[in-house]
Amino acid sequence: MTDTLLTEQTLAAQRPVLFRYALLQLRDSELADDAVQETLLAAWQSAAGFEGKAGLRTWLIGILKHKIADHWRRSAREAVAPIFGRTDEDDGEAEVDDYFMSSGHWNGGPKVWADPEAALKQQEFWTIYEVCQNNLPPKMANVFMLRELVGLDADEVCREAGLSDANYWVTMHRARLRLRECLEIRWFNNTKQEKNHA
Amino acid sequence: MRSCRAISALVSQGLDKELSLRERFSVWLHVMMCTRCRNFQTQSRFIRKAARRYTDELQSRLSNKP
Ligand SMILES: [Zn+2]
Repeated sequence: MTDTLLTEQTLAAQRPVLFRYALLQLRDSELADDAVQETLLAAWQSAAGFEGKAGLRTWLIGILKHKIADHWRRSAREAVAPIFGRTDEDDGEAEVDDYFMSSGHWNGGPKVWADPEAALKQQEFWTIYEVCQNNLPPKMANVFMLRELVGLDADEVCREAGLSDANYWVTMHRARLRLRECLEIRWFNNTKQEKNHA
Repeated sequence: MRSCRAISALVSQGLDKELSLRERFSVWLHVMMCTRCRNFQTQSRFIRKAARRYTDELQSRLSNKP
């Protein structure tokens, strides 16, 4: 096993990604932390089972998924709806592309946003952000969150979500177009925000 | 001259992989003259930043729960 040496440091380095994944699923910091610790311990104990082919993170997330499933099995309470991972649902028929006109020009299109940095500091912005994120179709939300919230690489996301390269680019672009439009309508163009600044 | 549809797709891809020199050049040329694509570029970067911060926000909200 010289080529796939698993050190404590290598494992520990994956902790933040695993924690974000667990947090989004379990919606509880302590539970998430426990699940990650169990995962790292299990990984450490079965380091020989790691073949290095699928990639370390993919392997670890596979273990973590089992730990999360175990948790819901043991726990008496209903599983909370995870923030992402509802991949069983279908996103329905291909959405109509109404962001662009047939000429390829924007239909409407991005306006200038006033002071986005300030928005990050406002609690109300995060409520709107969450609404917009929840409005993404489930599969699209899953891909977007694996990439941008959990922090997996593009090829890791493709493996996790079973996507081709081409599908990945289209999905991520659509997610950004949708989020952008939603934030523009609900936050940046909203008069309420101007009042807050007045 | 490529369309806004094509340029915005390249802008999106550029967040996830290194574009070719030719692609980068066509994006650069286009956004110099197109405000909407320039806005899209800024906004998609902002969305990435917000998304990365979202889990921290969620975590602090969860731990502040009574
Ligand atoms: Zn344009």
